Amino acid sequence: MDFIAILSIFVLACFVGYFVVWGVTPALHTPLMAVTNAISSVIIVGALIAAAAPGSPTAKWLGLAAVVMASINIFGGFAVTERMLAMYKKKERK
Amino acid sequence: MLARGAKAAGALALLTMAGPALAAGGSADASHQWVPIAYLVAGVFFILALQGLSSPVSSRAGNLFGMAGMLIAVATTLVMLDVASLLEIGIAIAIGGVIGYVTAQRIPMTAMPQLVAAFHSLVGLAAVCVAAAAYMAPVPFGIIDPATGQIAVASRIEMGLGIAIGAITFSGSVIAFLKLNGNMSGKPIMLPMRHLINLGTLVAIIALIAWWAVDRTPDNWMFWTITALAFLIGFLLIIPIGGADMPVVVSMLNSYSGWAAAAMGFTLHNTAMIITGALVGASGAILSYIMCRAMNRSFISVIAGGFGGEDAGAAGGTAVDRPWKRGSAEDAAFLMKQAEQVIIVPGYGMAVAQAQHALREMADMLEEEGVTVKFAIHPVAGRMPGHMNVLLAEASVDYDKVFELEDINSEFARSDVAFVIGANDVTNPAAKTDKSSPIYGMPVLDVERAKTVLFVKRSMGGVGYAGVNNDVFYMDNTMMLLADAKKMVEDIVKAMH
Repeated sequence: MDFIAILSIFVLACFVGYFVVWGVTPALHTPLMAVTNAISSVIIVGALIAAAAPGSPTAKWLGLAAVVMASINIFGGFAVTERMLAMYKKKERK
Repeated sequence: MLARGAKAAGALALLTMAGPALAAGGSADASHQWVPIAYLVAGVFFILALQGLSSPVSSRAGNLFGMAGMLIAVATTLVMLDVASLLEIGIAIAIGGVIGYVTAQRIPMTAMPQLVAAFHSLVGLAAVCVAAAAYMAPVPFGIIDPATGQIAVASRIEMGLGIAIGAITFSGSVIAFLKLNGNMSGKPIMLPMRHLINLGTLVAIIALIAWWAVDRTPDNWMFWTITALAFLIGFLLIIPIGGADMPVVVSMLNSYSGWAAAAMGFTLHNTAMIITGALVGASGAILSYIMCRAMNRSFISVIAGGFGGEDAGAAGGTAVDRPWKRGSAEDAAFLMKQAEQVIIVPGYGMAVAQAQHALREMADMLEEEGVTVKFAIHPVAGRMPGHMNVLLAEASVDYDKVFELEDINSEFARSDVAFVIGANDVTNPAAKTDKSSPIYGMPVLDVERAKTVLFVKRSMGGVGYAGVNNDVFYMDNTMMLLADAKKMVEDIVKAMH
């Protein structure tokens, strides 16, 4: 992919982000932060490439360390978001 | 384990078909045309995850989309890669997964701001590790410029930005964590000439990235200097920021963690990372903006720091002689039981005292008496965006009884009681009238318009984080309930029986 194509995706995604995030209800801003935290750990893709890299042990260990960190975030972020969201209830009135 | 084995087998099969060209990072060859599509799908799922948060009803489905997106991204990468170290990778994911999952289950809801700060620091450090690994082993990342045999100029800029933003996110979040967790004083720490030092460091980082991008000497110190300076600036930027400004800081670091991921996405030509980075970056930026607007302060003035020490008592001089009324738990219980509508205004003090459960019990009892109970939340109540909403949800308060400032402010005039618990500056009418007040122009909750204001506060001595006295304390229709927030609410509940 050339740079302009990637840049286009990036700029359009910024706009999508802008509109989607304004649509998030303020009551869910804390879960929003937790879930954005989890998804930003998609950086694990880079970590996996590094961890599988042949030839450079240092790069490999850095990659594995990053995999551990990103995994903490992925599992922790999604789990804590789920835990919070499960608490938002609307009771049935008698 | 079985699934992993099957995945490994699949990956091996693909590898044999595709040959060594596969190792080239995000770039897929002819037999892997599905790879960019898979990453795109992951990116779209992440958009849907945020979209789901538009309402509590759809939010959990949104979270599932997020998880599915992550699964697709990770599985795609693993299938695409050389599988030689799959075992190690599996162990690394398992270690991280267990730590993350257990932490998420055990963390008390009041500690959510520190947890989020800690998670941000991990994203930052992971970005640093990935950028450093790409620097040391550029071939698997597919960032070598065939013409020169060195890392391409564009990739250098992206990696330089990635490692700098990642490092700032890491050290900044560590400081934010220490402040939020109470390991470090919430007071702003002011270094002499800090603006000059910060600006100089930032300029140095940008200049070094530019230099490194065009420099052709093979072994260079610049990459590591950029990293070191970025760690330093993250630290320097956050230490002068006070506790009450933490909502802005946490949002800002959220944004940075996104931009770091996006920068690495550019390096790897990976659409999932770019889309996610843009989403997270935009999300954090919007939250920072909302927080700044709710305090009527510019982003620059927050980042410049020095505001919001834990007890900046300087402006409290007028507090001494003015008369105020003190009430008891029994008085409060009596007043609220007689009321038609009570609006509860929680703040950070409620979180500190862990009073949310007692508060819900009080609200339930009032409702049994036929009183309408509503909750009013100021955007900057607490230490992170939406902090109060989560605590009230934890205490099983229905979310349709919890209102944002603009939706409920007109109702105070029609309410019999405003029950303020652990909030102060966000109720201060000086923000509306006193041009000399540091919080002038900040949108506030009009609690003073209610027939009676019950103000739960530890003592008359302390003033809010802004260091401003609150005129509400001294009004004829205000009754001060001086005690620990949780104890006071429990006493009120007892008195209602």
